[in-house]
Amino acid sequence: MANFFAMGGYAAFVWPAYTATLLVLVTTIVLSLAAHARARKAVRQLEAEEEQSGAAKT
Amino acid sequence: MRITVLANPKRFLDLSRALIPWIAALAFLLLAVGIYWALFQTPPDYQQGQTVKIMFVHVPAAYMGLMIYGVMAGSSLVGLVFRHPLADVAAKSAAPLGAAFTALALLTGSLWGRPMWGTYWQWGDARLVSELILFFIYMGYIALWNAIDEPQRAAKAAAILSLVGAADLPIIHFSVEWWNTLHQGPSIGLTGSTIDPAFLWPLFVMMAGYTMLFAWLWLIRMQTEIFERRARALMLAKGA
Repeated sequence: MANFFAMGGYAAFVWPAYTATLLVLVTTIVLSLAAHARARKAVRQLEAEEEQSGAAKT
Repeated sequence: MRITVLANPKRFLDLSRALIPWIAALAFLLLAVGIYWALFQTPPDYQQGQTVKIMFVHVPAAYMGLMIYGVMAGSSLVGLVFRHPLADVAAKSAAPLGAAFTALALLTGSLWGRPMWGTYWQWGDARLVSELILFFIYMGYIALWNAIDEPQRAAKAAAILSLVGAADLPIIHFSVEWWNTLHQGPSIGLTGSTIDPAFLWPLFVMMAGYTMLFAWLWLIRMQTEIFERRARALMLAKGA
């Protein structure tokens, strides 16, 4: 196992490359999903308000 | 009144909602298999040793940076010519993803270059510099969208920028042949590959995983953009 982590002496290059990949991709996923949830909630709220005011008028 | 007012986005939303869980599952499955295969089931390269492990995160990131730009410029062209409402949304939603993958290609490439070439960065290498320019074009494209308030004008300006910037794609592609400096030539072509199958197959799995990851996030971000536009329209209607 220690052998695996040593990456043949190139651990200082291999693991940062994989860590950077993980960080950038996970951040992209989290930001995309958060913005999606936020926007969906805003639309639902506005639509509910509109339906209510529309019902009040009639 | 529901989202039905926007006939086209409605159909897109229904279709993408059905597709998203499958594409996400496929992306994570491919990435899990690809990473396991790459890290645990590939031998060290006879020249590069274990630094070849970086290839499995570098090549797919670089490929995505280019492919996404192609998708973005293509969508922009459709948006300019046919005024298809979804095309602008598609182009805008793809840009941050392309920028993220391009940044990863630069980062992982730099970490691969240090042990193999003896340097993290070389301004004289055309592949490195043209890839950095690609990253800046993505950033400029995103900044342009944010700088113009009116969506239709922003879409047009951004589309033109993306089409002009597309000139960088062939430069990146052929840079390793036109200027033979640090970065190696292509290893995978239409006629075959010079990479050993032991490395090539896990690489293909990683590339497929990255592609599916992009497809998933692209649909998510397109939905987000449609929701935001709809919210803006409802806010305006409320204010009026």
